[in-house]
Amino acid sequence: MSRILEVKGLSKTFIESDNMQVLYDVDMHVDKAEFVSIVGKSGCGKSTLLYILSTMDTMYEGEIILDGEKLSHRTQTELARIRNEKIGFVFQFHYLLNEFTALENVMLPAIKLNKFSKQEIENQAIERLKILDMHKEAHKKPNQLSGGQKQRVAIARALINSPKIIMADEPTGNLDQVNSEIVFGIFLELSTKFDQSLLVVTHDLEFASRTHRIIQMVDGRIV
Amino acid sequence: MIGSGAISSIAIALMKAKWRQTMVAAMGVMFGITMFVTLLSFMTGLNKMLDGLILNRTPHIRIYNEMKATIKQPIIRARVTETHFIHSIRPKSSFTNLRNSGAILRNLDNDKRVLAVTPRVSSQVFYSIGRTNFGGSLQGVDVLKEDKYFHLNDYITRGNLRDLVSVPNSIIIGKGIADLLLVDVGDQLDVKMPDGRVRSMKIVGFFQSGIKDIDKVLSYTSYKSLQTLMDVPSDHFTEIYVNLHDRSIAPAMALELADMFDTDTEDIVRANAQFETGTKIRSIISYSVGITLLIVAGFGIYNILNMLIYEKMDTIAILKAMGYSGSDVKRIFSIISVSIGLVEVLQV
Repeated sequence: MSRILEVKGLSKTFIESDNMQVLYDVDMHVDKAEFVSIVGKSGCGKSTLLYILSTMDTMYEGEIILDGEKLSHRTQTELARIRNEKIGFVFQFHYLLNEFTALENVMLPAIKLNKFSKQEIENQAIERLKILDMHKEAHKKPNQLSGGQKQRVAIARALINSPKIIMADEPTGNLDQVNSEIVFGIFLELSTKFDQSLLVVTHDLEFASRTHRIIQMVDGRIV
Repeated sequence: MIGSGAISSIAIALMKAKWRQTMVAAMGVMFGITMFVTLLSFMTGLNKMLDGLILNRTPHIRIYNEMKATIKQPIIRARVTETHFIHSIRPKSSFTNLRNSGAILRNLDNDKRVLAVTPRVSSQVFYSIGRTNFGGSLQGVDVLKEDKYFHLNDYITRGNLRDLVSVPNSIIIGKGIADLLLVDVGDQLDVKMPDGRVRSMKIVGFFQSGIKDIDKVLSYTSYKSLQTLMDVPSDHFTEIYVNLHDRSIAPAMALELADMFDTDTEDIVRANAQFETGTKIRSIISYSVGITLLIVAGFGIYNILNMLIYEKMDTIAILKAMGYSGSDVKRIFSIISVSIGLVEVLQV
């Protein structure tokens, strides 16, 4: 199996708050089509880890290799391109832009990628929404959708550029049992049916126990 | 790099979503700029009007002959060894008319720097009606030229300056004189010359300069009428008014003319020293008001955009997470700012 994401000796210290070290020499990896969850108590550093992996934070020591590309020492523009091409994000809160319809929200990352024509992008977006059973809601604005529906649109948006990996931060944290179940089902389906790699940070142990592999973190270390 | 079409469509969508807010921002900026333009126009207009009050009535160069003692008294030419008992020299009493005025007028008419030349003749007179007499001054002017270049007609409150040409032996008197003598337009007024001759003139109008002391003594008639009245030849002028194309060369040219024609001259700068200072101070005021307004308006625009961006922090974070680079975001907000600016320009 090919390695999609590999982390070697990752350490992180918050210099601005009394040199507090939050990550100690973290080694981990995610393979293709693997559904991995990171669990741990709040404050153990799991969100910090995801934030670094998502390339939004560049102040760290160690090495991160995403799809064969090293992520250290790159300009913000290059990192933005990598985020756009290779990483899909799903957050605890949906973070859709209320100014755009669901369809347009899904299209936005592809417009940035600028690889296909507008018509092709629209077709792809509708396709992604169909996987998530949201195509009937495509022309509604996010504030006309329910919480679970918004999260599904957000997942469709994460999928639009066929990323190498989807990173999710507490994707079910804001959802009720039914919608959590739906989201989990979608994630599992993506990994088994579409060979999608997924890395999910959660504190929901029940959710984590059904993923392929659990990475447990305690006080900035993987155990 | 991503196509600018996509970037602008995002910018437009963001603006459309907050259409009213965008319009209010544009209106706010517009109000600032409108006030700026209005105030500056007001200041400029005021400056022009105040300048006009002086400039319209003052010639750039005035050529005249001052009554004074000869500088080279005959006594100076006498031999030094002899003793003189001559003292208390008095100026010679004579006409203060310009010598060789015809030549001066011809010369100035051909001068490329000169816009207009008009001769004047003036005399001390007594206005008398019934048994009342009082002193004043009568100016004989070239009616058509005076109107064109010195806007004399602007100060005529009753009648018309041109009536001086069409009605023989006519006079336009100051409002103050009319009030004192209880005369009206159409009445006859006796004008007494210093040598005792009297001529009855028809009042065709009143003028009011706004300066009471002038309105109480000054009257206008055509120079031909006055020359006849004074019984002097038709080239007898006491003053020549010269207007130039370029006012700034007046001081230098006044000296040149004084030298050339051997007369006295006075330029507009010397005659109105306080006017130059006033103009300078007024323009300083209008510039400082303008700059202040511009700074205020600038801060207004800056604040509006700042708030716009602050409100869209979430949007920026989401766009960045989706892979939009910092420069993309900057372009989106630049488009929004420029659009607001353009809308505001169109509104103004």
